[in-house]
Amino acid sequence: MGTSERGDAGPGPEGGRRPDVLGHNALGRGAHPLEGLYQELILSHHRNPRYRGTLGAPTAHAHITNPTCGDSVTVGLQLRDGIIEAVRFQGEGCAISLAAASMMASQVEGMPLEEARSLAHRFMMLMRGEDAGQDSEGWDAALGDLRALASVARFPARLRCALLPFEALEAALVSTG
Amino acid sequence: MTRAVTLESIAARPFSEDELRDIRRQFPILDTRVGDADLVYLDNAATTQKPLAVLDALQNYYRTSNANVHRGMHELSRRATEGFEAARERVARWLNAPHPHQVIWTRGTTEGINLVAYSWGEANIQAGDEILLTEMEHHSNLVPWQLLAQRKGAVLRYLSVDEEGQLVLDALPAILASGRVRLAAITHISNALGTVNPIRQIADAVHAAGGVILVDGAQGAAHAPVDVQALGADFYALSGHKLAGPTGIGALWVRGEILEAMPPWQGGGEMIREVERDASTWADLPHKFEAGTPNIAGAIGLAAALDFLESVGPERILAHERALVGASLERLRDFPGIRIFGPADVNRRAGVLSFTLEQAHPHDISTILDTRGVAIRAGHHCTQLLMKRYGVPATARASFYLYNTLDEVDRLVSALHTVQDIFGDL
Repeated sequence: MGTSERGDAGPGPEGGRRPDVLGHNALGRGAHPLEGLYQELILSHHRNPRYRGTLGAPTAHAHITNPTCGDSVTVGLQLRDGIIEAVRFQGEGCAISLAAASMMASQVEGMPLEEARSLAHRFMMLMRGEDAGQDSEGWDAALGDLRALASVARFPARLRCALLPFEALEAALVSTG
Repeated sequence: MTRAVTLESIAARPFSEDELRDIRRQFPILDTRVGDADLVYLDNAATTQKPLAVLDALQNYYRTSNANVHRGMHELSRRATEGFEAARERVARWLNAPHPHQVIWTRGTTEGINLVAYSWGEANIQAGDEILLTEMEHHSNLVPWQLLAQRKGAVLRYLSVDEEGQLVLDALPAILASGRVRLAAITHISNALGTVNPIRQIADAVHAAGGVILVDGAQGAAHAPVDVQALGADFYALSGHKLAGPTGIGALWVRGEILEAMPPWQGGGEMIREVERDASTWADLPHKFEAGTPNIAGAIGLAAALDFLESVGPERILAHERALVGASLERLRDFPGIRIFGPADVNRRAGVLSFTLEQAHPHDISTILDTRGVAIRAGHHCTQLLMKRYGVPATARASFYLYNTLDEVDRLVSALHTVQDIFGDL
């Protein structure tokens, strides 16, 4: 589980400051939900997003805006023979939406279209808290770092942030027919 | 009674600690716990909390007076009508309106503005006419005019906003020189920046050019003393829930001569005098604009809110908010990565503090603050033109009201340090 990433033990990557931040618990009794939401894996994707940029000649792309907050993500795909050969995203948004875009791109590049669609579906289930663990071993690898975003399910106001990149991916896939 | 024309000259004192304690006792919700923290409610520009006086007024109305207004011949209807019309008089006094029948009940500021756009707008705006807006308007004071302009072939003009969040008034004479500006629609106090606009100065210029002016008072009526006559306004729209009253009730004041000439906008019961097969005649003001059973309890609750605010003193509310914003500005000025929007001079502001942090998106700020019990708003605040003006997708906004304290400013600052700890300094 992602929440164990920044437990009380040991310094985090920022030299011991971070665990203290969330551990200084007047809030305390067990892991604070913030620890899951802003765990190091998510912050790392936020700080250094993978696959951010544009493709020279994308075969499919989609731009999605969250009208309630103004965040936006553009996903470009290079498709060949039913495979996502390359993916790049651009976007403006919060840590969660940027991390989700980076994680999503990391997973879907090189993936057959059908698998990417299933992954999107599976991720939505994870976000809705419907990830009952059945078949979870099989999905762990496919979801990769995206599993860290399971913690977002505890912040309903932020769900849309995590879903935005996948909405853009699905819209891009739909545009290819 | 005439109130201060320019809100910069307010010299009232902020509340003492004892006064604040008494005020806070009137708002039961302020004792709410959020997780393990005491609630710090700093989202007052979105909606305000309600004092006991309002909660009691709503309950008393339903317990002792509930009936339809202006219709029944029975005792309860008489009580309801009396309370409802007394509430209208209360709003008129709050605005220093010359006559209560110039006050029309609405669902809120948005409906008030739409009423003007449909009723006055349909009758007075023609192709080629110009409507003057500003870059800091709330969408509710933009979109109704865009729709009207599209229906009529009218043209929208904009006053821009400078770096410090103030209207660029130097541009006004050139805009008005077209001679085609029929209406200016401008906010009294910016919900996103806190800027208090010089309405009188703009109204004088617009009137001299042959136009009229609508003032969006959603924030203005809540956070400052208002005198529609001294402001030179022709229309003033407000919302109950922004000023400690209930949701779903608001009021629109319209200058007498203009209101007399306005056609009705919604048809139905209450607004008619005589109905024939093909046509009808209209009820007297203000009922001509109040089709259907109104929000009677809401109107009575709104009046209770105004009584409460009057007893506290609108000048002192503004002074108090300025003290809180001033303290926040001072404590946050050197916060790493912060960009603060709006006037640096607190005397040009009401209690709104909009900011961004370089290291964290406003949503992340808001989520982290929420876990510390601090409720703020993150987003575009329904002012997308303003966000575009400043090149940001969103801001974080802390907005104060009469019950907020300096301790709560400390809680805000301390929670922002948590954000910084999580996201680092960049």
